[in-house]
Amino acid sequence: MEARRASRTVSDPKVRHVGFFTPDPNPQPGWNPLASDPPVSNSLSPVIIPPPRQPADRTAAVPVPETGVRRQTGADQVPVGSYNPSESLLGSSPVPSSPSSRVGLAGGEFSEESNGWFRRSDSGKFASSLPDTMVERAPENSASAAPVLESKKSVEATGKGGKAVVEEQNEVQSSSKPLKAKTTKAERRALQEAQRAAKASGKEGNKSAAVSQGAAPVKPVKQPSQKKDGPPVSVSVSVSVVSFDKKGGDRPPEKERKKDVPAPRMQFDDKSRVQKAKKHAVVKQTEARNRVELFRHLPQYEHGTQLPDLESKFFQLDPVHPAIYKVGLQYLAGDISGGNARCIAMLQAFKEAIEDYSTPQEKTLARDLTAKISSYVSFFIECRPLSIGMGNAIRFLKTRISDLPLTLSESEAKAALCSDIEHFINEKIILADKVIVRHAVTKIRDGDVLLAYGSSCVVEMILLYAHEMGKQFRVVVVDSRPKLEGQALLRRLVAKGLSCTYSHINALSYIMHEVTKVFLGAASVLSNGTVYSRVGTASVAMVANAFHVPVLICCEAYKFHERVQLDSICFNELGDPDAIAKVSGRTDVNYLNNWANKENLQLLNLMYDATPSDYISMIVTDYGMIPPTSVPVIVREYRRDHVFI
Amino acid sequence: MVDVQGLVNELVSKLRRRKVEGSRATARLTAELLRSVISQSKLPPTNQPAALIDAVRDVGEKLIAANPIELAVGNIVRRVLHIIREEDHSNTRDAVEGFRLSVGGDNDYIVEQDHLNLSVAAQSSLCRPSLHALLERSPDSATTYFTATTEDDSEEKRKSLDPNARSLEFRRKVISAVNDLIEDINTCHLVIAELAVEHIHHNEVILTFGRSRTVKEFLCAAKEKKRSFGLFVAEGAPKYQGHLLAKELAARGLQTTVITDSAVFAMISRVNMVIVGVHAVMANGGVIGPVGLNMVALAARKHAVPFVVVTGTHKLCPLYPNNPEVSLNEMRSPSEVLSFEEFSDCMDYRIGTGAPQLHVGNPSFDYVPPELVSLFITDIGGYYPSYMYRLIADYYSSDDLVIQQKPAS
Repeated sequence: MEARRASRTVSDPKVRHVGFFTPDPNPQPGWNPLASDPPVSNSLSPVIIPPPRQPADRTAAVPVPETGVRRQTGADQVPVGSYNPSESLLGSSPVPSSPSSRVGLAGGEFSEESNGWFRRSDSGKFASSLPDTMVERAPENSASAAPVLESKKSVEATGKGGKAVVEEQNEVQSSSKPLKAKTTKAERRALQEAQRAAKASGKEGNKSAAVSQGAAPVKPVKQPSQKKDGPPVSVSVSVSVVSFDKKGGDRPPEKERKKDVPAPRMQFDDKSRVQKAKKHAVVKQTEARNRVELFRHLPQYEHGTQLPDLESKFFQLDPVHPAIYKVGLQYLAGDISGGNARCIAMLQAFKEAIEDYSTPQEKTLARDLTAKISSYVSFFIECRPLSIGMGNAIRFLKTRISDLPLTLSESEAKAALCSDIEHFINEKIILADKVIVRHAVTKIRDGDVLLAYGSSCVVEMILLYAHEMGKQFRVVVVDSRPKLEGQALLRRLVAKGLSCTYSHINALSYIMHEVTKVFLGAASVLSNGTVYSRVGTASVAMVANAFHVPVLICCEAYKFHERVQLDSICFNELGDPDAIAKVSGRTDVNYLNNWANKENLQLLNLMYDATPSDYISMIVTDYGMIPPTSVPVIVREYRRDHVFI
Repeated sequence: MVDVQGLVNELVSKLRRRKVEGSRATARLTAELLRSVISQSKLPPTNQPAALIDAVRDVGEKLIAANPIELAVGNIVRRVLHIIREEDHSNTRDAVEGFRLSVGGDNDYIVEQDHLNLSVAAQSSLCRPSLHALLERSPDSATTYFTATTEDDSEEKRKSLDPNARSLEFRRKVISAVNDLIEDINTCHLVIAELAVEHIHHNEVILTFGRSRTVKEFLCAAKEKKRSFGLFVAEGAPKYQGHLLAKELAARGLQTTVITDSAVFAMISRVNMVIVGVHAVMANGGVIGPVGLNMVALAARKHAVPFVVVTGTHKLCPLYPNNPEVSLNEMRSPSEVLSFEEFSDCMDYRIGTGAPQLHVGNPSFDYVPPELVSLFITDIGGYYPSYMYRLIADYYSSDDLVIQQKPAS
C-alpha cells in the first residue's frame, strides 16, 4: 500500500509541470479561493487545475454532513464561491504537508518528513481505530487549522517571508531554492526506501503508522479538522480507510492499467452474442425492418413497441427494483433526456434500490450488490444505451461497493453508499455545472452574439446567469430535426427576457456572420479531444471554425472518458427512424408516410456525432478552461480523483 | 401586343408571388414569354434588332424586378438578348460576306478595310443602341461603295429583299434560336445524365442534398447502366425536398438512406462523392444552392470528398456575387421552422421597447464559394470552377450584363 502512495507523491511534481494552467510552481492554487476575494482570483487565473489531492484526505473529507454544507455554500455564494469552498475543503488537507516537505527538508530531516506523508494518509485509519484520540485532537485541530491557513495565505502574498512562517511552524531551518531540487530528489529516494521498508513490514504497516503518528504534529492536524463535524464520521472514515487499503494493495501497475482499458462494447453484428444477450433481456426488442447496413453493429430496433409490454410486466418483474423500473421506462419513453438528467435519475434510482436492499443469506454485500447493480445497468441499457457520463458514474459506484470494508455492518455500508451517491450527484454534476457557469460567464462580453445549439442544460445556465449579471448579449438558438430541442430552450430563454434568434441548422452559414461565440454542450469528451455530442454539433463547430468564430464546449469532467474515437459511426446511438418521416407542424410534408414498405428506403436517425478537436477553441470544465489537447490530463487526474472520492 | 402585355403581367405576378419557383421552371417560362414577345412585337422597318433588343429588355427588366433572386430569369433574358445580337451580327456579316464574294478578293486592301469597317460598326451597334443608325449607315455606305465599284446583281436582289423579307427572316431566325434554347432547358438533364457513367463507379456511396431533377436523372442514369451504389439523401429542411427525392429514387430501385441535415457531417466520412443540384452558378464559380449547402460543402472539404455540382447552362449567371448570403438571398416564412401556434406569444412585439424579442432566421439560399466546389458537370461537359467566366463569355454578350439600363429616365 505504501507503494501506491509513494509513487503518487513522486509523480506529483510531474503533474504540476504538465499543468500549463498554473505557471506558478507553488502547488496550491486550490486555496486561492479561501482568500477573501474569490472572484478576483478567478478572473486572474480562470484556468485552474487543483493540485492532485491525496486520496486519503479526499476520502476523509467527504462525510455526509459536509456535502450538505457544501451544497449550501454553493447555493448561497453566487460567484466563484461555490466552487472554492468545496475546493478548499478538499484541497486544504494536502496543503500543509506539501510546503513543509518541499521547503523544510534539508539534511537528515527529510526522512522524518517523508514519513509524515505516509502518516498523514494513514491518519484516517489511525483515527478510526483509536477514536478517542481523535476526539481529543479535534479542538486542537480547529484551533491550529486556521493559523496554518493564514500562513498559507501569507505564503502566497509575501513569498519567501511567508515560507519562513511555515518553516518556523515546522521548526525547520533551511529553505532556499537551490536546495529545494535536491531535497525533492532526496525525498524521493527516501520515499522509495521507506516504501521498500513498508513492503517488508507488510501488513503491520498499520501499527507503524500509528506509532509514527505522534511524530509530526502539523500534518495530521488538517485531517481531523475535516472529520470533526458530524456523527456519521466514523462510517465514512472507516470506508475511506479500507478503500484505501485495498487500493493501496500490492496490485502490479500493469494489471491495473489493463483493467483501465474499457471493455469492448457489444457489437450487434455479432450474432451469437446478440442471441445470448437476448435470452436475458427484460425488454423485448423487435428488430427494425429496414436496417441501415452501415450501422449493423448498433442496435436497430422498432421503437415504441416495448413500452406497453413493459408496463404490463411492472408487477411481475422481481429482480428489478421499482425505482429502477420507473427510470428505465422513462428512458424508454424519452421522458428523461439530457446527459445530466439521465445520470442523476439513474443514480437516484440506484440509491433507492440500495436503501431497500438487504443482503441475502450466505452472500456478501459487496458481491451481491455489485451483481444487482449490474443487472439494473443491463436493464437500463436495454431501455436506452447508456451515455458515457452514466458509465463513469456506474464505474464509480461499483468501485465504491467493491471497496466497502467487510467489517462494516449492512446498514452502515448502505448509508455510506447512499452518501457516496449523493456526493457524486452534488459535486460532480450540480456543483460542477455551477463552476462551469462561473468560468464560462467570464467569456461573455457586452454586445456578444452567442450561438447555442440544441438544448444543453449547462449552456442554458450560462446564458441565464450572464443575463442575470446584466450582460447585454443576444442569443442565436440553432436547432435541428428531428428532436427540435432548441424550441424548448428558446421558450425558456425568451421567458426570461433574453432576446433570441431562432434558426435551423441549415441556416448556419447565414446566421454565423453575426455570431461572436459558440457555446456547445457535450455528451462526452474523449481523450483525443473529440467531443461526442448531439448530432449536428460537429456541423456547428465546423461552420463556426470556417467563419473564425470561437467554439466553447461546456462539459462536466465526469463525462470525460479515456476512449478515443475518430468518426461518428463506430460508436453511436440510433434513434427512432419514424421521427424523420414525420415533420412536426408540417402536414404538407408527408412523402415518407409508408417508408417501411419500400424495400430500398432506409431512414437513419443518428443521435450523436464526433466533433474533431481542431474545431474546438476551448473546453470549459469544472477544472477550468482547457484546450482540447489537454483532455487526457484531466482524464488521468480525474480518474484517480473519482475513484477515491 | 395587348396579349403579350397580359402574358408578361401574368408571369410577373407569378414570380412576385413565388408561384413559380425553381430555376428550370422559371427559365422555361421566361424563354417562352420572350419568344412570344419577339414574335408579336411590332418592329419599325429600320433598325429592327435595336428595337427588338429594347422590347426584350423592357420585358426582362419587369421580370427580373418581380423576383430578383431567381437568377435564371435574368440569365434567360440575357441569353435571348445575346441571340438577337448574334443574329443581327451574322446578318450583317452575311451581307458583308456577300460583298466579299462578289468582290472576288481582287482587292485585298478593300476587303481588309471592309472587315475593319464592319467590326467597328458591329461594336458600335452592340455598345450603344442610340448609335444604331451608324450600323445601318455604315454597311449602306459600304454597299454604295461596292455597288459603285462592282455593280453586282446580288446586291440588287438583297436590296429588294430588304424591308420585309429581311425582317421576317431575322425574326424567324431569332425565334428558332430561342426555341433551341427552350429545348436545351428542357433536355439539359438528359444530356448531363449521359455523363453519369463517367463519374459513378460500382459500390460508390453518394450523398446528395435537397432535391434536384438533374441529380435525380443523373443518378438514375448511372443505375440504369447497372452501376449499383449507396445513396444518402439529406432531407434539406425546411423544404424537406430530400424526402421526395428519396422516395422517387427508392421507387427507381436505388438503395436510398434518408438522413437529417445535422447528420451530414457524421456520415460524410463514409461518402465517396457529393452530388448536388444548385439554384444558380455565379461567374466566379461560386454556387447558390438550397440553404444548408455550404455546410455540406465544408464537410466534404474537411473529408476531402469531391463536391460535384450538376447544372444546366441556363443556371449560369454572368454576375459576380458580392455578399451573396444577403444580397442574393431571401427570407421565408418563420412558420416553416417555428409553429405560429406554439410561439405566437413570443413573436409579439414587446410593449415599450418596440422590438420583437424573438427573431426567426429562415433564409432560402446558401452560397458556396468556388474553392469548395470540385467540379461542375454541365450539358456542355465538365468544368472547373475557375473556368466558369469563360463559359459565360460564350453565352452572354458583355453589353447585357446590366439589364436595368434606364434608371435615370
